[in-house]
Amino acid sequence: MSDAVIVMEHVYKKFRKGEIYNSLRDLVPALTGKMFRQQELNESDKREFWALQDLSFEVKAGECFGIIGHNGAGKSTALKILSRIMKPTKGRMTVNGRLSALIEVSAGFHQDLTGRENIFLNGTILGMNKREIQSKLDQIIDFSGIGDFIDTPVKRYSSGMFARLGFAVAAHVDPDVLIVDEVLIVGDSAFQQKCIERMREVLRGGAAVLFVSHNLKVVAEFCDQCLLLEKGRTVKLGKPQEVISTYLQKPSQRQPGDVNSSPISISSVMVRDEAGESMRFQPGQKAWIDVELLASAPCRKVSITLYMLDEKFTHVFDTSTERLGHDTADLEPGDVYSCTFELQLNLAEGTFYPSVVLYRYDIQTVFDRWEPAATIYVSSEGGVRGIAHCFPQLSRQEIRHASQVAPVRTQ
Amino acid sequence: MKEELKELFKYRGLLYMITYRDVKVRYKQSIMGLLWAVLMPVLIVLSGVVVRYGYAMAAHAPLQSADIAAVAVKSLPWAFLVSSIRFSSLSLISNRELVTKIYFPKEIFPIAAMLASFFDLVVASGALVIFLLLLHIGWSPYLAWAPVLLLTLVLLVSGIGLIVSAASLYFRDVKFIVEVVLTFGIFFTPVFYDAGMFGDKKKWLLLNPISPILDGFGASIARHESPDLPWFVYSVVCALLTLVGGYIFFKHMEPGFAESI
Repeated sequence: MSDAVIVMEHVYKKFRKGEIYNSLRDLVPALTGKMFRQQELNESDKREFWALQDLSFEVKAGECFGIIGHNGAGKSTALKILSRIMKPTKGRMTVNGRLSALIEVSAGFHQDLTGRENIFLNGTILGMNKREIQSKLDQIIDFSGIGDFIDTPVKRYSSGMFARLGFAVAAHVDPDVLIVDEVLIVGDSAFQQKCIERMREVLRGGAAVLFVSHNLKVVAEFCDQCLLLEKGRTVKLGKPQEVISTYLQKPSQRQPGDVNSSPISISSVMVRDEAGESMRFQPGQKAWIDVELLASAPCRKVSITLYMLDEKFTHVFDTSTERLGHDTADLEPGDVYSCTFELQLNLAEGTFYPSVVLYRYDIQTVFDRWEPAATIYVSSEGGVRGIAHCFPQLSRQEIRHASQVAPVRTQ
Repeated sequence: MKEELKELFKYRGLLYMITYRDVKVRYKQSIMGLLWAVLMPVLIVLSGVVVRYGYAMAAHAPLQSADIAAVAVKSLPWAFLVSSIRFSSLSLISNRELVTKIYFPKEIFPIAAMLASFFDLVVASGALVIFLLLLHIGWSPYLAWAPVLLLTLVLLVSGIGLIVSAASLYFRDVKFIVEVVLTFGIFFTPVFYDAGMFGDKKKWLLLNPISPILDGFGASIARHESPDLPWFVYSVVCALLTLVGGYIFFKHMEPGFAESI
């Protein structure tokens, strides 16, 4: 027996698109209809699609395993199968030990119960027993920073407090396998830090971490193994650096008809210069990035983050509509929202990846993310290495003999 | 199935917590909670008394306190059955977040719904004891039947709860059907009347597996008699079949819950 804590063996998952009969009123006529029209059955087969195909990997104890991929690649399906919420259509998945997920950490909360009661409720849901929760209660309350509000019903909490309490509970489960979803790695940097710190602790404790993220730098830094998914298939499995490079070579694109349960999604991102769409820029040149969103359901307080990665997945630059002093957007179904970011590309030679995230800060929700959304090549000029271009100029040069008195330095 | 039962046992702490949550939320405003537990049985008892009074008028016979006691005794289990099945049928749908996001045996939801209703029954039983004392219904050895009958009812109701909760997740109109059946079910079950009033035809009524149980409650508590034994055995068999069948059905449907809800 190997020491693998997660084993995925040729896992397939099929979903059915389009209508399913969800009431008896529809089912009964459909059943009687089917008896007469056999060919309709085949028709419905075509509407099925594979969310995951032939997924195989192993995660050993103490190992960090990353999964990356664009939206709709099958990451969430993989997570749902791992956390046993869904059963694979074909194949086998085994988890040895207690599994805990830092996904949807406040799912078990009940609005009418107090913070303290919810700690017990959610802790039990996440697999702790009462004694365990009791012994960690003070730690959890302390970690959450809720303080005196702990005996107040959580419906009176701000969304931030709600999320923090949920996270605090989830973080105190001692798992053998920890699943972390990128959703937590957004917005509040203190929150991110806590999450990453927790991952480190869990890894040190010898447990395995399975990490789904868009934060490539963290993936590159943490993971021992990385998997790239695209349309449910394994594109690459191996060392994080190599896998991430493969990933960055393909800008995000959504095929029409792809599954997207999000109420709002990015429909296009375009980078242009003065003349029009462009990929090649000079240091210091101006660039405009047009972002267009489409809402399919009502959506409140939407903000857009634009950030840029370099080839080493470092966040070179990061901004958002909110931080630029603009109001968040409230969108109704069918609304198309568009905005343009104007940038001065003070970048040195290299390849950069502008990326776009739609999110709502107060409830820590990411609606859509394109990473990378485009590619920018900055050409070399002026003998600069590194990431940024500070437009250096040599304004003075002289040679003196060391025995001479040094001149007074002037500004 | 053994594996699944083992797992359910492993998650008993969660079953307790979810039940506690359901009870706590219902009794958070204590007056509302008490009304919830007592009001429905009281309404059923009152309507039963009206119906019983009508019978007595038609038969030109006086209304006896044992009759009223029988109605009261049977109303409580019936109220338990109604609220238990109603909450079970909604239990998965209303816990959507948990069903789609976290893994644990999902039968915990319908079972917790049943247990929360059982808690109501216990509260209401306190009121019933006082009521029976006022009617001068005394103690008898036949009272020992009550826990046995209650257990049978719990098994039966749990089985039905498992079936309707899973079914209403897949088919949205099941909850309306359940509602209608529960509303009119009282006419096909001896709550207001006794099965014995139907003479030879009583066997048709007792085919409803709930009927012998309720009739048994009336007989053992209010009339100090033994329940109709063969029919009671019939109910026990039905209850066990429903529970086992319901559990197998639920477990068979469970893997699809997250994607179908």
